Amino acid sequence: MSETIKKFMYLNRRAPYGTIYAWESLEVVLIGAAFDQDVSLAFIGDGVYQLLEGQDTSESDMKNFSTTYKALGDYDVTKLYVEKESLEERGLTLDDLMPLTWEDEDDDWAEKDSIRLVSRAELADVLDDQDIVYSF
Amino acid sequence: MSTLHTVNKSPFEKNSLADCLGYAKEGSAVLMYEDGVYGAMKGNAVAEKVAAASGVKFYALGPDLKARGISEEKLAEGIEVVDYAGFVNLAVENDIVSAWV
Repeated sequence: MSETIKKFMYLNRRAPYGTIYAWESLEVVLIGAAFDQDVSLAFIGDGVYQLLEGQDTSESDMKNFSTTYKALGDYDVTKLYVEKESLEERGLTLDDLMPLTWEDEDDDWAEKDSIRLVSRAELADVLDDQDIVYSF
Repeated sequence: MSTLHTVNKSPFEKNSLADCLGYAKEGSAVLMYEDGVYGAMKGNAVAEKVAAASGVKFYALGPDLKARGISEEKLAEGIEVVDYAGFVNLAVENDIVSAWV
């Protein structure tokens, strides 16, 4: 069996709950991670809303899947790029987002930030370096 | 005649809110729900447009704000939060409901 590892990028561009895209993306991300691929996520446009802290669906009869983002580190999904320009346009900063971390087994299980704040130009370079890009 | 305008799309994904604001006359009401509630947040790129709509009363649906992690302190000034019963009341109080889907 071939052991080729490809770079998968999941581009999250839509707000959660209003449509099913954000949730579907998460489902596919977890499948990709199970196949030991090199997985990255990027949050641009309304996609940054997916990471807003304090989501509570108790009054709206929908599943609150925001906690799943916190579990991504356990699936070795540790690269979450958040675009600076998209946050700014929405009046948001990193402080408005959920703290997302992973534990680095090669560094005595040190807790490290999963979120990487990048500019649009920097993210363009990251996207350029991928083998496969899925847009949600 | 009074009109209740409803907006349920993100102002960054569709121009529903901008279109609505262009037609919302003095004395009318605008209710934001579902992804439309992002238009009720302060400090974003559409906040100025919302603030500039004179004589228009803005409402946002509480359960949809809550689901999206938008707390009261993240709301722009002058936005009144209503629950589902409040939504119904607004629909009854106004002569026309215009849905900017």
